[in-house]
Amino acid sequence: MTIASRINALYQTESRRVQATLIRLLGDFDLAEESMQEAFAAAVKQWPEQGIPDNPAAWLIKTGHRRGIDHIRRRQTARDNLSRVAEDEPYTPEPDTDHIDDDLLRLIFTCCHPSLAIEAQLALTLREICSLTTEQVASALLQKPTTTAQRIVRAKRKIREANIPYEVPERKELPQRLQSVLKVVYLIFNEGYSSSEGNTIVNISLAGEAIRLATLLAELLPDGEVFGLLALMLLHDSRRHARQDANGELITLEDQNRALWDQEQIRSGLAWLARALELTPAAPYTLQASIAAAHAKAATASDTDWARIARLYQALYQRQPSPVIALNHAVAVAMRDTPEEGLKLLDQLAGHKAIQSYYLYHAARADLFRRSGDLAGARTAYQRALTLTQQGPEQRYLSRRLTALDSA
Amino acid sequence: MKYVALVYYQESIINNMTEQEWHDLNQECIAGVEKLTSQGKFVTGQPLQPIDTATTVRVRDDEVLISDGPFAETKEQLAGFYLLDANDLNEALQLASRIPPARFGSIEVRPARELPPKD
Repeated sequence: MTIASRINALYQTESRRVQATLIRLLGDFDLAEESMQEAFAAAVKQWPEQGIPDNPAAWLIKTGHRRGIDHIRRRQTARDNLSRVAEDEPYTPEPDTDHIDDDLLRLIFTCCHPSLAIEAQLALTLREICSLTTEQVASALLQKPTTTAQRIVRAKRKIREANIPYEVPERKELPQRLQSVLKVVYLIFNEGYSSSEGNTIVNISLAGEAIRLATLLAELLPDGEVFGLLALMLLHDSRRHARQDANGELITLEDQNRALWDQEQIRSGLAWLARALELTPAAPYTLQASIAAAHAKAATASDTDWARIARLYQALYQRQPSPVIALNHAVAVAMRDTPEEGLKLLDQLAGHKAIQSYYLYHAARADLFRRSGDLAGARTAYQRALTLTQQGPEQRYLSRRLTALDSA
Repeated sequence: MKYVALVYYQESIINNMTEQEWHDLNQECIAGVEKLTSQGKFVTGQPLQPIDTATTVRVRDDEVLISDGPFAETKEQLAGFYLLDANDLNEALQLASRIPPARFGSIEVRPARELPPKD
């Protein structure tokens, strides 16, 4: 391997860790990024002659740190303010390079700090931890690059001015703060999973970023819900090739060609789920992953263990009593028992304002009406569902179901 | 670093309390301030009289305009403030979360700003 390609590989694997440590040492996001780039540039120049150091990451951190300190000194000299760093201070203390993993965690928890707006957490995480460029982040989140750039600048400014500390939360705050992080990761995954305005359903790269991020988190912080979320995303993602047909049309779980499911990912997802079940069997992400696993393990749609899925949704509802979960529970009951039983449960949800404007509620009702033989009821419900969705493939799917009723 | 914690709540909640509940709430706040002081976190602070005692002053075109009431009608009303000395935002947020009215109101936490040196 040439030195240049070795440095390239190091950039892929180490640049985040190096930057995370430089942020701690230099106390500034932008300066850390600049210094990190300079350190790599120095490596490209010096390593061909000096050889690759035994601990490349430590070398990069030390070099970046020195460059960063130089920048700070030059800025201060320019401002004629010498009180913070004495001119004759010759010694830059050796930076602590032993806790690189802690620094990555610090970076993650800082980017996902709850005092930042959620859009800012998303943009900052994608930029600083997933290493997307601002343009890539903007494109992924369907924003104008200037909007995204402003959000990131404002977030960094708030971190600085409100003094959000660069630290891993204390033990007693960790569970709640971890929830914030997992929420951001799952949001990234879902942004990639469906684009509500556009015509395609799956933006593959954001889902990949979320999975990569959760995998990193699982290494750094072995927590049941981290494993649960990772399992959930892997299992969802395993169906990505089966979810659309060649024309980008939506295919529901029931109709998907299961031969197209990524078995490698399913195996990986199930392995992470097993670890999650040891630690947090009844926690929300773990429960959702268990539901996804029940689907993944069914060789055909008719092999699906709906009784188990209904039980899991019920347990999930205990933890998160949302109308959407009640909806999914009702559908599982319908599949386990009869469409009429499911419709009864759905009727109980009719009072919730949020559910009335949720197109999947009406689509579910339509489907159950169809299965029970009430085609008129199905028609009305599909029409209602159509008025509530804007996404191309989902609209076309509902139209197809509506048309199919007429030929039933 | 100095942070202000502005305490807001719906006054109707207080109005619906019994004498005992109101007494207990105040005692909790007093104990809270004592604890903050002993930790060196409390710089100053003050509870405020209810919103109907408020008057708003504006000066426009050299004219002093006085009006009855708070600067704006809000769902929750300003009930008091704390000026805290905390290491960072996380600590300030932790301290704010222990202010008793946080349980039924909202506490806005903002870093204080130092004015530039006098010309």
